[in-house]
Amino acid sequence: MGKTVLVIEDEPNIIEAISFILSRDGWSVATHSNGHDAVGVVLAAMPDLVILDVMLPGKTGYDILRELRGVDSTARLPVLMLTAKGQVKDREMAERAGASRFMTKPFSNAEVLDAVRELVTG
Amino acid sequence: MPQQTLVGTRIRERRIMSEMRQAELARQVGISGSYLNLIEHNRRRIGGKLLVDIAQALDVEPSLLSEGAEAALLSTLREASAEANKAEPEMKRADEFAGRFPGWASLIAEQHQRLRSLEHTAATLTDRLTHDPHLATSVHEMLTTVTAIRSTAGILVDTKEIEPEWRNRFHRNLNEDSQRLAEGAEQLVSYLDDAGDAGAGMTLPLEEVEAMLNAHGFRFDALGQADAAELRAFVDCQEFLTTSDARDMALTVLRQLRADARMLPIEQIRPHLEDRTVDPAAIGTACGVPLSVVLRRLAAVSDELLPMPLGLVMCDGAGTLMLRKPVEGFAIPRFSGACPKWPLFQALSRPMQPLRQTVTVTGRDARRFDCYAITEPVGAIQVNVAPLYHSYMLIVPRDESGVSEAEVGSTCRVCSMEVCDGRREPSLLAVGV
Repeated sequence: MGKTVLVIEDEPNIIEAISFILSRDGWSVATHSNGHDAVGVVLAAMPDLVILDVMLPGKTGYDILRELRGVDSTARLPVLMLTAKGQVKDREMAERAGASRFMTKPFSNAEVLDAVRELVTG
Repeated sequence: MPQQTLVGTRIRERRIMSEMRQAELARQVGISGSYLNLIEHNRRRIGGKLLVDIAQALDVEPSLLSEGAEAALLSTLREASAEANKAEPEMKRADEFAGRFPGWASLIAEQHQRLRSLEHTAATLTDRLTHDPHLATSVHEMLTTVTAIRSTAGILVDTKEIEPEWRNRFHRNLNEDSQRLAEGAEQLVSYLDDAGDAGAGMTLPLEEVEAMLNAHGFRFDALGQADAAELRAFVDCQEFLTTSDARDMALTVLRQLRADARMLPIEQIRPHLEDRTVDPAAIGTACGVPLSVVLRRLAAVSDELLPMPLGLVMCDGAGTLMLRKPVEGFAIPRFSGACPKWPLFQALSRPMQPLRQTVTVTGRDARRFDCYAITEPVGAIQVNVAPLYHSYMLIVPRDESGVSEAEVGSTCRVCSMEVCDGRREPSLLAVGV
């Protein structure tokens, strides 16, 4: 079994597509689709990387990330943030929250795959 | 120069405006011409009875000479000075400037106020684009859907061997997402087109006028006998009209609608609509009024006389929409960029020639409408002066749906017609256009 990626995203067809391309690349993929209990899910699963959407029902990706960075076990966990907002201020906000990488929608499959590989193995 | 010392300047200006000689004014108030000359050049202080006498001779209020009419002007000049970037106006001499050159000072003040108004408009529009929650959510949802489509399409193209079950699932996802994208785009464009109708966030005068007209259902029969002052008072108290430009534009429209109501009272129209059919040409002939008046009046009174309201749209010779009374099923874009196939625009090439055409509006509903259009010159025709034109189109909903001989859209961006000679820009809905 390869390393684990947890995809936290509320759009089911994006979850399905990312899961497919990562699985084909040898990753073990887990998914979650709301912000309410996302922190607990991450702490329970302890994946090798989290793909985290910003706009989630219940809690924003920024808040989730800030909470994760406050916990020792996830303080350095690679987190790839996805957002439809590509302005400088959004990128800065993601950096301040502790994002390892920031990717703006719409992205290509190759970009996601490259980012995941770099963040986990690179 | 202090305010008091400019009293003489004001006296001089008022005297010259009154075309009165210096000697004549001096004689009337009982002083010598040379003494008045010293006063007028601010070399003698003046007040009390002499000031009152001079004001009386010049037929103005004494305060106009002692305080000047430029208090508000000076205040605006100070504001303009405070907001100057590179220029360094001599504010200590603003009083003197306004007194010596009231026309130039007024021009600066007027342009400063106009600049402020434009900055306010720009700021409001920017704010709408960047902070409108509905707009932000719509764009976010569309981008998310585009991401899903791009990712899924990429998988189908790039994956050489894919199980039939996965292939079918991704095909289904693509179909669902493309439909969502089309609906989202349509809703977004509709929102942008109609954003001003609710009265919130309006910035442009025409939007405010349309909101006011729609709030009254285009009916202002009570103003039929109103004089100019009453009409102005009515406009001034309309909550939708927040700017002087909007009020002026509204006044123009109201004068037109009032004139229409006088030419073609509702009592004259009522018998022609008893059988629920609309024949503007017949009404115009029977009542002896121009067709454009009939079209405007039918749109105005249809809410009362017909089971289904009629729509109206008006444009100028450049095709810019200037007036809109929307009707369900016939989407009218906000200002310009409407479908060039509308009879409204066809009429522009044939002034004074009435047009009637049944059209089907593209889209899922495929609603049918009878459109009556006429283009008429603005104002009186003059020799060797090219006339300007306004075009009007009455939109009459038909009961049945289905495709007619003429298919029209709202605007290219949301028109699904794949082949169209009138297309100006690609559609957000149609693939391959």
